[in-house]
Amino acid sequence: MSAVATRVDARIGAEWRNLGFIAPFLALFLAMLVYPLFSGMWISLQEYDLFDKSASFAGFANFRTLAGDPIFRGAVRNTVLFVILTVPAFVALGLALALALNRPGRLAAALRAVYFGTSILSVTIVTIIWKIMYLPGRGLISLVLNIFGVAPIAFISSSALALPAVAITTVWWIVGLPMILFLAALQQIPAELYEAAALDNAGRWAAFRAITLPAILRTFAVVVIIEIILQFQLFGQALLLTQGGPNNASRPIVLFIYETGFRDWNLGLAAAASEILFVLMAVAAMAQYFASRRAEAS
Amino acid sequence: MSSIELDRVSKRFGAVEVISDLSLKIESGEFIAFLGASGCGKTTLLRMIAGLESVDAGQIRIGGQRIDQLPPGARGVAMVFQHYALYPHMSIRQNMAFGLKNIGVSKAEIETRVRQAAKILEIESLLARKPGQLSGGQRQRVAIGRALVKQPKAFLFDEPLSNLDAALRVRTRVELARLHQQTKATTIFVTHDQVEAMTLAGRIVVMNARKIEQIGPPMEIYARPASEFVARFVGSPPMNFLPVALSDEQGLATLTLASGAPLRTSIATKDLPSSGEFRLGVRAEAVRVAAGGDIAGTIEVVERLGDRTHLHVRLAQDGRALIVEDAGMSRAAPGDAVSLRIDASQAHIFDALGRAYNSLDRGAL
Repeated sequence: MSAVATRVDARIGAEWRNLGFIAPFLALFLAMLVYPLFSGMWISLQEYDLFDKSASFAGFANFRTLAGDPIFRGAVRNTVLFVILTVPAFVALGLALALALNRPGRLAAALRAVYFGTSILSVTIVTIIWKIMYLPGRGLISLVLNIFGVAPIAFISSSALALPAVAITTVWWIVGLPMILFLAALQQIPAELYEAAALDNAGRWAAFRAITLPAILRTFAVVVIIEIILQFQLFGQALLLTQGGPNNASRPIVLFIYETGFRDWNLGLAAAASEILFVLMAVAAMAQYFASRRAEAS
Repeated sequence: MSSIELDRVSKRFGAVEVISDLSLKIESGEFIAFLGASGCGKTTLLRMIAGLESVDAGQIRIGGQRIDQLPPGARGVAMVFQHYALYPHMSIRQNMAFGLKNIGVSKAEIETRVRQAAKILEIESLLARKPGQLSGGQRQRVAIGRALVKQPKAFLFDEPLSNLDAALRVRTRVELARLHQQTKATTIFVTHDQVEAMTLAGRIVVMNARKIEQIGPPMEIYARPASEFVARFVGSPPMNFLPVALSDEQGLATLTLASGAPLRTSIATKDLPSSGEFRLGVRAEAVRVAAGGDIAGTIEVVERLGDRTHLHVRLAQDGRALIVEDAGMSRAAPGDAVSLRIDASQAHIFDALGRAYNSLDRGAL
């Protein structure tokens, strides 16, 4: 009886004091997320100079400027390309590592720690490591290529290879997260199912398709959405490794926003670019969400 | 159907030996139960036969063919798992067809076999559903159906009833017995529940601490236990044990209880060790409340089971507890003083090593 009474009272109104429990989070959520979201939208519609703090309503002028700006259009193309390069790699490599390391024993545990370990490095250290790796002539990659008689390649200063180089660095850096997410999903699958499959004469591939794949479908969707959202926000690696170059070949949207807002003081234009990035991320994540829902339903 | 032979098999996990030098022959068509407490190695033994655990020493043969080095799928056995292990993302039909599909059985043949098994198990209406939509009892049937369609040489059951509620367990038990009568399939049934073992099996293998304690038909296990372990493990309530002094009377052992009352058994004295401590083992139904009985005690607890009543009696002489069977309509109440009589023809003697000497002849069974 008391349980029923509690349920009724749990609505705000009858027991408004319950609000107190979520108030700290609510205040933070409103101040740090909701307010900036709408404030950003408002700024994107203004001619807003951060230097003299002048602001005047400009309608969609900022968006028209961006549409006509070849550097911004290039940044959008680079960012989308980067997402297309990295997200499938994160999913495939993360899953492959998880499958390989989902076993008892010290070696597997040590390797799990190693592969996840790179994720805790700061972007500065990661880019220093990879700058050295990519050094033409003296870097590790050049040395290895040299063994096979391939001439040194200038990854970072090549407009064709700069963005893939940033992508490889990024995948190396944080492939640990998708791996851990997939490992968690794999460890939820009861071992009995694989034993039943062994008695059912299922080979490795048949067991993978019949048991593993359907069991990790949700995690699959989660990993893809998380990675889409993360990789659209590419910034630090590009800034430190290539500075967006050569010739803007690896400039992502966030770097464009940063430079427009905090180097050129043009906050209105930067906010407009942010809104476009927001819409891009939302559309991509939604598309993936609905696609995976369809896959699960079928 | 085929016989199963275990020939001196051993198994260790690291430094721990879980099965040591065990031999057993299961006849074709036999229903055999591995009975024992958890950790006695019964499930490991079953998994060794299924191919889910390796065999460290010895051989396993099914139908005369050595199978202990074959992968699980090639052994011709089907297993029903404790938690059913149904593939959660497949329909019931796909679950049952999966094993057949993997070995290339034709679609028409698969459909026929699935339909047949579904009919026997009365799960025809469930074929399109997924395991998550079924109750525990229905899942159990599907798991059995999945084994049935394979038409295996032997069925292996790993505590299949332990996840069902009490009523369903009794019903499924009867159905399993009926199914075995229909299929006459060689069946190994692992359980820690002596009632399941007694009711289902043609022979029971009682296991304790990595070894076989006794093999025999249910009533032999019950009436002629080979050891104190078997006597304690099988039967409910457990057998009563009382310390006794032993004397010889015309070649037969006579026991003297703490009360001084003598109990003349039909057990030959020459079969018993010449010295050492002895205990009398006697089941509740062999002890009765009787006016003028020679053992006195006080009733502490009365357990009413309907058809009979169990009296927990504290003995006057040595303060030991004894469980006594009385009629269902017994008027006994806690605190009552009673005198008891033991039926010597159902007495068991246990020596210091726990070996049993039974009154009842094998021929009487």
